[in-house]
Amino acid sequence: MIKFVLRRLAVSALLVAFVSLISFALVFASGNPAARLAGEGSAADTEAMARRHGLDAPLIVQYGRWLVRAAQGEFGDSLYFQRPVSELLAQHFPSTAMLGLAAMLLALLLAVPLGVAAGARPGSWIDRVAMGLAATAQALPPFCTGFLLIVVLSVQHHWLPTSGFETWRHFIMPVIALGLFGMPAMLRLLKSEMQTVLATDYIRTARAMGLGEWQILGKYALRNALRPLVSLAAAQLGTLLAGSVVIETVFAINGAGMLAWTSILRGDFPTIQALILIFSLVYIVLTLLADLINGLLDPRVRVSA
Amino acid sequence: MSSLHAGGSTPTVATASAGAVATAAGTLGERGHRVGRRAGPSLWHAGFLVLLVAMLLAGLFGPWLLPTDPYTQDLLARLQEPVWTADGDWGHPLGTDHLGRDILARLLVGIRVSALIGLSVALLGGLIGTSLGVLAGYYGGWVDRLVSFLITARLALPIILVALAVVSVVGASLTVVTLVLGLLLWERYALVARTMAMGLRQAEFVTASRLLGRSDARIILKDILPNLAGNLLIIGTVDAAMAITLEASLSFLGLGVPPPMPSLGLMIAEGKENMLFVPELVVIPSGVLFLLVLCVNRVGELLRERQARKG
Repeated sequence: MIKFVLRRLAVSALLVAFVSLISFALVFASGNPAARLAGEGSAADTEAMARRHGLDAPLIVQYGRWLVRAAQGEFGDSLYFQRPVSELLAQHFPSTAMLGLAAMLLALLLAVPLGVAAGARPGSWIDRVAMGLAATAQALPPFCTGFLLIVVLSVQHHWLPTSGFETWRHFIMPVIALGLFGMPAMLRLLKSEMQTVLATDYIRTARAMGLGEWQILGKYALRNALRPLVSLAAAQLGTLLAGSVVIETVFAINGAGMLAWTSILRGDFPTIQALILIFSLVYIVLTLLADLINGLLDPRVRVSA
Repeated sequence: MSSLHAGGSTPTVATASAGAVATAAGTLGERGHRVGRRAGPSLWHAGFLVLLVAMLLAGLFGPWLLPTDPYTQDLLARLQEPVWTADGDWGHPLGTDHLGRDILARLLVGIRVSALIGLSVALLGGLIGTSLGVLAGYYGGWVDRLVSFLITARLALPIILVALAVVSVVGASLTVVTLVLGLLLWERYALVARTMAMGLRQAEFVTASRLLGRSDARIILKDILPNLAGNLLIIGTVDAAMAITLEASLSFLGLGVPPPMPSLGLMIAEGKENMLFVPELVVIPSGVLFLLVLCVNRVGELLRERQARKG
């Protein structure tokens, strides 16, 4: 197990290094950020800007400096807010995390029962309903779902507030929009895993021994479908969090996604770099955790690693 | 899941990217279980195919057939409602937007833009992903480790954020959006091509080719690639749908297709301002976007069923 953990940690560290390089390089990919900072200013202004922000050093040195400080949670000052980016992150991330987790919970609450039922009874009406729902949700980009919900629930019926994030009522529509988007992949995965498991010999044995259907589904089949589900759910949560950029714009939620979008529009590159890195980090940590959990749940994972 | 995991000689990536593998497998791995209900769903999917073709034809030829220009502004005819409402008329069947431009004409061009992006991104991503995946699966070893690492890194990057950042730096245009999305959406092809190439490497006909002294390049092109084509086509539909959704999201956020060119996402963003008075401004392009993505996905499902019946 220790070897497995160390190995996964090493790969994750390598990934972080690579992803940080990309987040850093993105901003420099198209020329001189100092010139963008100086705006219409003269060459001298550009140079002054470059010196002030340390942009006159060779790129590799700049990257090194940035990475060392980033490792300490220090991403420099936001060009727009004139405040440390780390402060901005601490301020904006909680609502995004809450939104992502709630959406994930909703997605799981829909996907698990429907996926198990669809896998247990392929071709039945519940399978068809589940697959229809999955197909529909998959084709709806979260911002479309968001607007359709607003039109029906806020504009036509005045049931829910359209924007902001103050009360639980503000929470409902963005969570539905994002949750529906995360659901189909998990539903399909569970269905096909259940079908595979239910066709195995040991399930037949369990049936032959007279175990009840619920016991077979819950205790034997679902447990085996759990490992891929944990992996997928971790990855999906990372994706949902990153998808908050769009949904937070729709519902005017002042989270990390909104911060990312406004920073991009303002060319606030220290903030953009930090956010891209943080969202990647969250994904890497989540998938790492999923692997470790699976390593604990299932010895075969550790051995094969 | 099982089918794609079988050849996993690099477990770290196999597990780290399990999400994407699972998504691919969840869709690819459903075969073999639907023997009992063949006619029903296929008929449905055939319906979606017809609808998709109709939408594509409308997007391709519609703008020429329709007398109204999608760019002409008419400030006196702003925010007209669709024909089915009390105030609507046939001059603008779906109404007009905040600048008095005809919604139907703009929708048709929007479909064309979406289709163009979906197709080009799927091709570009397919080229990159298939090449990487086949090389990784065929050669194994460090090539495989490198490609698997790239796949995992790509999955870790928040795709919308990266695309937004790049477009904001390079400048928004149809070409830039297509290139950026194509360079980002290749991992599904790579995952599938890698797993399949890994299996085919040991197939008897590949061994035979090798014994005949054929070069690796020839084996990959003549023996391996043709066997991947069916599954890659399926991934292509998934990716095209994904690209269409992403382009709409980027355009919605103002960093996709630049105005005044109509794009479904941009139309939704523009309609947002007047959503309270004319909800159709948002509902109609959303509905068309939904139908388009749904049809592409369902046609992918149709291909998958055909593939399952063959294999």
